[in-house]
Amino acid sequence: MSTKIKFIWIAIILVSGIGLAFTVSKNRIVEKEYVSIVPIKKDSVASVAAFKQVYKVLMSPRCVNCHPKGDIPLQGDNSVIHSMQPKRGKDGKGVYAMKCANCHQPSNSPGLHTPPGNPEWHLPPADMKMVFEGKTAHELAKQLVNPQLNGHKDLQQLIAHADDGLVKAGWNMGKGRTAPPLTHAQFKKAWITWLKTGAYAPAK
Amino acid sequence: MIQLTVNGKTENLDVSPEMPLLWAIRDTLGLTGTKFGCGVAQCGACVVHLDGEAVRSCVTKMSRARGKNVVTIEGLSQNNDHPAQKAWQEIDVPQCGYCHSGQIMSAAVLLRENPNPTDQDIDDAMAGNICRCGTYPRIRKAIHLASQMQEKTKSDK
Repeated sequence: MSTKIKFIWIAIILVSGIGLAFTVSKNRIVEKEYVSIVPIKKDSVASVAAFKQVYKVLMSPRCVNCHPKGDIPLQGDNSVIHSMQPKRGKDGKGVYAMKCANCHQPSNSPGLHTPPGNPEWHLPPADMKMVFEGKTAHELAKQLVNPQLNGHKDLQQLIAHADDGLVKAGWNMGKGRTAPPLTHAQFKKAWITWLKTGAYAPAK
Repeated sequence: MIQLTVNGKTENLDVSPEMPLLWAIRDTLGLTGTKFGCGVAQCGACVVHLDGEAVRSCVTKMSRARGKNVVTIEGLSQNNDHPAQKAWQEIDVPQCGYCHSGQIMSAAVLLRENPNPTDQDIDDAMAGNICRCGTYPRIRKAIHLASQMQEKTKSDK
């Protein structure tokens, strides 16, 4: 192989390597933004402070309305019992002619106070009700990290849950409904901060 | 063009994917047994079956119905002889009648999923169908009768 050809090969390898390094670096940044917003370090003060922000969102009508203590969802900014009283059912998707998706479409219906929509619209199932309504911050924090009460989610699954389609639907509430008190980005940051600083519960 | 099956017949409809299914059923296909009530999924007058589920056709867009099987009150039975239809006649349930195609379509789903419903089951299934004449006691009675008719038809076969 002539010196000229060797030089060309070396140049190609170098350019490819730099490109690859940039690609890996870019992916690491994305991953870091997603799961490493805060360092993995226990900090009860920061954790409790973050959960207080999380709690404000979880107790807003957009979240609590589908995490009721009974078997009928709530509705509206005043969280009243859902008109026509649809029941949870075993799978959380309603019963008989009263299944959630019979009225709640894949997207919001047009108009004021019309049924909000999402392809996955449902309540928690009957065997894992994940009640938010009436829970103190202490009770809810304990519940959320207990796999026996949180839908069998571990830490990574809880972190990923911030981007669940139905969670995000809380910020796509349709006309006539107030948004949660934080943006989704603020909520996600507080949620992950709470989890990654030890998921401490506020005092009783 | 949106293709769907309505009462066993394949239909190709040149309508907007945003059009409510109720509009297509009533205005495009001329099947006027399904009624417009509130237009916002609050009353149940427009209930039809979409792949067997009792959807409110006033808020169900054609984009959701694409490729699916729709059954309206006209297609619930061959000779108006679904047990719910026969029981409705027997009990003489309707007063003004406006809500009753929706009522019967919801009752049909209940009877399919729970052939022997209790009063509570009936309340749970029918709470989304409003009757301005207040025929609820007769609706409940008719569903119990339809349940017996359905059972008898099965045992006779």
